[in-house]
Amino acid sequence: MKTENQIEIIDLEELKNEILSKRSLDQPTVIIAGGTCGFASGALEVIDAFRDELKKQNLDGEVVMKVTGCHGFCAIEPALIINPGNIFYSGVSAEDVGEIISETIINKKVIERLLYTDPDTGEKILHEEDIPFYKKQTRRLLANNTRIDPLNIEDYIAIDGYFALEKALSMGPDKILEVIKASGIRGRGGAGFPTNIKWEMTKKAQGDEKYIVCNADEGDPGAFMDRSILEGSPHSVIEGMTIGGFTIGARVGYIYIRKEYPLAIEHLRKALEQAHEYGFLGENILGTDFSFDIEIVRGAGAFICGEETNLLKSIEGAIVEARTKPPFPAIKGLWDSPTVLNNVKTLVSIPLIINNGAEWYSGIGTNTSKGTIIFALVGKVKNSGLIEVPMGMTLREIIYDIGGGIARGKKFKAVQTGGPSGGCLPESLLDMPVDYESLTKAGTIMGSGGMIVMDENTCMVEVARYFLTFTQDESCGKCTPCREGTKHMLDILTGITKGEGHEEDIAVLESMGSLIIDVSLCGLGKTAPKPALSTIKYFRDEYIEHIRNKKCPAKVCKALIKFSISEDKCTGCHLCFRNCPTQAVVGEAKKVHSITQEKCIKCGICHESCRFDAVRIE
Amino acid sequence: MRKSKKSDKTKNVDQAKQTERLNKIDQIIDQYENKYKDSHKVLIELLQEILEEFDYVPEEALVRVSEKCQVPLSRLYSLATFYNSLRLEPVGKHHVCVCVGTTCHVNGATEIVENLERKLKVEPGHTTEDGNFTLETVNCLGVCARGPLVEIDGKYFSNMSPIKLNKILEKYENGKSN
Repeated sequence: MKTENQIEIIDLEELKNEILSKRSLDQPTVIIAGGTCGFASGALEVIDAFRDELKKQNLDGEVVMKVTGCHGFCAIEPALIINPGNIFYSGVSAEDVGEIISETIINKKVIERLLYTDPDTGEKILHEEDIPFYKKQTRRLLANNTRIDPLNIEDYIAIDGYFALEKALSMGPDKILEVIKASGIRGRGGAGFPTNIKWEMTKKAQGDEKYIVCNADEGDPGAFMDRSILEGSPHSVIEGMTIGGFTIGARVGYIYIRKEYPLAIEHLRKALEQAHEYGFLGENILGTDFSFDIEIVRGAGAFICGEETNLLKSIEGAIVEARTKPPFPAIKGLWDSPTVLNNVKTLVSIPLIINNGAEWYSGIGTNTSKGTIIFALVGKVKNSGLIEVPMGMTLREIIYDIGGGIARGKKFKAVQTGGPSGGCLPESLLDMPVDYESLTKAGTIMGSGGMIVMDENTCMVEVARYFLTFTQDESCGKCTPCREGTKHMLDILTGITKGEGHEEDIAVLESMGSLIIDVSLCGLGKTAPKPALSTIKYFRDEYIEHIRNKKCPAKVCKALIKFSISEDKCTGCHLCFRNCPTQAVVGEAKKVHSITQEKCIKCGICHESCRFDAVRIE
Repeated sequence: MRKSKKSDKTKNVDQAKQTERLNKIDQIIDQYENKYKDSHKVLIELLQEILEEFDYVPEEALVRVSEKCQVPLSRLYSLATFYNSLRLEPVGKHHVCVCVGTTCHVNGATEIVENLERKLKVEPGHTTEDGNFTLETVNCLGVCARGPLVEIDGKYFSNMSPIKLNKILEKYENGKSN
């Protein structure tokens, strides 16, 4: 169909060349890692300092400053790269900026102090990609986070952005589905349902209107890769979604995104505007008769809305209550129309598959799980941040080779995956290759990719109690097993952490847990007992220690621990005395202090404030 | 109900403020109705807009939405109480929000919340008597690699501990507006 718009239609290749011709590789460039985590660690101050300093030195036309998304190694931010030279500096503060400009940008000298130091070898590392944290990674979905300014669509086009959309529009829906199927991609939201089947079902389903919905309600506490992608490469999400909309025959798409991610929402809004301006969204996209638009819906802080049927109810403005499936959203979804729901990571994979081919995608991974997987490697691990690895890498490689092992010389205890719907795995399973099947078999799930490492100071009973508190609070209350069952499990777990547990509690938790899994209506109830069941399975001794001996081996459960001051180590510095909120610490300056147990509320402030390691927890 | 008699002048000011509020609410509703004129309406977005304007969802806004958009008030109330971020009470001068996601939790977020409860003498979800602080918790802000995380008036403070946070809070105490 010819339209008037067609005259204005841009030739992507030409546009890309035009953008590249304006840029010179020799031009000094500062690439600063932005994103919420970067900003939380002081990147905003560094950015301001660069802006001021470049202006002051009349260099603002000469030096390009680019703020990208999060580079992933959150623990060492603020971080930046100087080009030419690809020099990587970490732990940068605003005070360093003047020196970086005069020494590195003007005099081309490396400032040793700002280079990353390998904690194991003491070696200074010049390039970001040579840091052990990045070396074993295969960064595909996260690649753009270091390459582009997310607020500049030209940056995205310069790296072949929207080329996949153009290609997909010429391929047609059936050919797209073939490629997606051949790639073997499975939904990155956690359940791992084959993406091509979901799309095909929706495409074939009867309905005048069809919808594609992006689930960006990353509610799993401990996972933040969707936030990072939305902040760092919002156009990838838009492109993937538009290809999906074209394939299934939708005219409208919704991105359901957590309100708790203000920066991601802001970037997405700007990206949508730009995509409209360039004709990648709206009427007659790229001169075809395909018209498509995307709207943002902000979630309002309800974990259960991450489950697909609940998410759709939330968009509809209905009371969110779980329902049984079938009918599946592919048949009866948003406003009763056929609807595809995809996770952010699934959607950003689509343009990569279309551009690079199915074989490129399936070339890495395991037999049943293809491609790469992103984890939020956090908790008590040395190098924490976002990592992307081929499916099938072992937990040990992830935690020790990439994560650098356990922080502060502590001992590994468990790794938790899948958030409140997942479980904790012990040391004996560290050599397990990570894919959908192996994790499920071990009693946890892939989930949205949170990987929380726990050390000897993490109490497994308390962790189970924490997750049950969470799911119990987030349960919508419609079905009895979830509403009442999680409450009972939580009560029992709370009792155990308080030293009020009974021998039979473990058996009750196990039988109640499996019942809740069997008979709950939606994903929340069907997975809520997993943290408790997996910790009982692998850390039963810790439960028994709490119940029988009223002891918390990790020294976490307040009712079972006692704070005291070591006479040998106390210097009488008086700091704990001053900080104690209940005047439980007694003692004169320069003399050994002690703690009045009756007044102690076990807040741990004395322990935190002591510089001589004199406060003991028993 | 306030017992003191107000002067006519204050009454007028109050009334003017109230009219301004209602006008603002109507304006938001009209914009919403306009935006979704040709498509299905997304009610949660309207509530978010109201929250963004007032920092909470005032009762009169729910009443107005109910009247203008023909949605039962009971359903609006049900939605507003279901979602964690749709608060029905105004916030204090400073909004302190502690992330209690898993990573922040295993790194000591509980101690931070308990310390704040003691210090501010309020439970999460409430505002101090002097109206200076509103204390809230959030399930995860997605800054897990730098937890425990505390957000004050939209600014993120990473790697927090009770003692570190006490020092930061001093800057926000009454009279030392920030």
